[in-house]
Amino acid sequence: MHSHAFDRYHHKHSFVHNLDPRVKVAATVAFILSNALLPDGAWVAFLAAYVFMLAANVGSGLGLGFTFRRSFIALPFALAAVTVLFSIAGAPVASFQLLRWNIVVTDAGLARFMSIVIRSWLSVQMAILLVATTEFPKIVHALRQLRVPAILTVIISFLYRYLFVLADEAMRLMRARASRSAITSSGKGGGSAPWRARVAGNMAGQLFLRSYERSDRVYNAMLSRGYTGELRIMQARQFRANDWLMICILLLCLAFIQIVGRML
Amino acid sequence: MHYLPAPLHIPDGFLSLTVLLICWVIAIVMLAVAISRTNKSLGEKQVPLMGIMAAFIFAAQMLNFPVAGGTSGHLLGGALAAIVLGPWAAMLAMTAVIAVQGLLFQDGGLLVMGANILNMGLITVVVGYGLYRGAINRSRKTRLTVAGVAAWLSVMAGALLTSLQLWLSGTARLQVVVPAMLGVHALIGIGEALITVGALAFILQTRPDLLGENSASAQSGRGWVFAGAIISLAVVLLSPLASAFPDGLERVAENHGFLQLAQTSPYEIIPGYTVPFLGDTSLSTVVAGLVGVLIVLALSILAGTSLQKKS
Repeated sequence: MHSHAFDRYHHKHSFVHNLDPRVKVAATVAFILSNALLPDGAWVAFLAAYVFMLAANVGSGLGLGFTFRRSFIALPFALAAVTVLFSIAGAPVASFQLLRWNIVVTDAGLARFMSIVIRSWLSVQMAILLVATTEFPKIVHALRQLRVPAILTVIISFLYRYLFVLADEAMRLMRARASRSAITSSGKGGGSAPWRARVAGNMAGQLFLRSYERSDRVYNAMLSRGYTGELRIMQARQFRANDWLMICILLLCLAFIQIVGRML
Repeated sequence: MHYLPAPLHIPDGFLSLTVLLICWVIAIVMLAVAISRTNKSLGEKQVPLMGIMAAFIFAAQMLNFPVAGGTSGHLLGGALAAIVLGPWAAMLAMTAVIAVQGLLFQDGGLLVMGANILNMGLITVVVGYGLYRGAINRSRKTRLTVAGVAAWLSVMAGALLTSLQLWLSGTARLQVVVPAMLGVHALIGIGEALITVGALAFILQTRPDLLGENSASAQSGRGWVFAGAIISLAVVLLSPLASAFPDGLERVAENHGFLQLAQTSPYEIIPGYTVPFLGDTSLSTVVAGLVGVLIVLALSILAGTSLQKKS
């Protein structure tokens, strides 16, 4: 498998691409936090946040609707919030009969549900933009510079580095299984579900052993190249005056959104 | 390459600030302990081993097996990681997996990552490892059986914790979210249990040294058994209670001012419920919970024996 299969980075030279990764990570988290802080039903503020989002999209040179296309990934989870529609007291908006229950949707419930979905939808788009405009190793490096413990960031960068290799290994195992499992035209395959589960279990065990042995080889290779327990990374980007200016502007925008959310 | 999101990953926007801050604090404290422990036990080898093991968990989540009706079973991996790597190392590996899923694939939010780490990476490890640790010196069959039950319960514990967080955030109704989440995950957990048992049986057969007396998996203290047992007991008792007597739980939370504290928006109960899900079926839910545990126990024993015969 090519390493690009998992990668979400879109190479470009744009304003957003050229920002310091720390600025982008901090701004993304601040944007999500700002959404979480907005009260329910602050529609104007949600709209302002969406405009902020669109501006970031344009600044990335990826197009106005770039994040929109991939933004529905978190929507199935909205199902978890459906119950607020009828569990918050308020004026009834609609009612319907479900089996033997009479379900009443209230206006307060509807506002809360919409607010939850919008918050989630806005937040996920900014996260999509972050990985589309920043190479993953740079995000991890930015996390390290933002004081995430070194051991965690190093494990994450190793995970990222070997993800492709082990995903390949998993695909090989699945291809081997598929090539030994005939399926009739009616769509029926052999074996009971527990038997299939056992096969999958054996594959997981096999994958574990291969990974474990690989980690030994990798460790030995690292030792032979002078590894002393610390990873060195090139090109630590300097934090320029421009970056400070940018983070101030972004925070001011978010503060404005908060004020709008509380006033209107 | 398709990447399938799993149903336990909470996206941003679904938890209140208080709830997610509490989750972060718990997660950070546990991870701090985990970092210092693995540092001592693994030293400089920690980095490649943990990194590649995290990638293993990630890849193992891709392995699936077809069940009826186009659905498929797959692995979350918390219990398996805990059993083969030892609990502290497993916590770090699972945290890395959840971090990459959230950062790179937007599977699970960034601000709520603390909750996701707690639900999928920490509590699954405590339950999975704790129960398995209690049976580590027993026969192969007992070990596999216990590992299966532990894997199932670890998924249930994660699901219960997720539902409670959603409820405390005022995002979901307790009496709906608990039975719904636990119902779905009771099935997902069976897949988890079967794959975990299969993987362990395979490792016991080919590399028994990795699970033997001197392995990482046997070295953590007996305290884990206690912690695992307590949480499992809480899950087994609390799940039917939460589904059967949500009012009771809600009242307790309200009396202690916890609901008001946890929620950013007012959360009132309509007088005279319009959705009396599971009204007075308390006994039946308790029974259903017990039957579920028995079925998984039976399945695990079955899987254990069939694997025993083969070897």
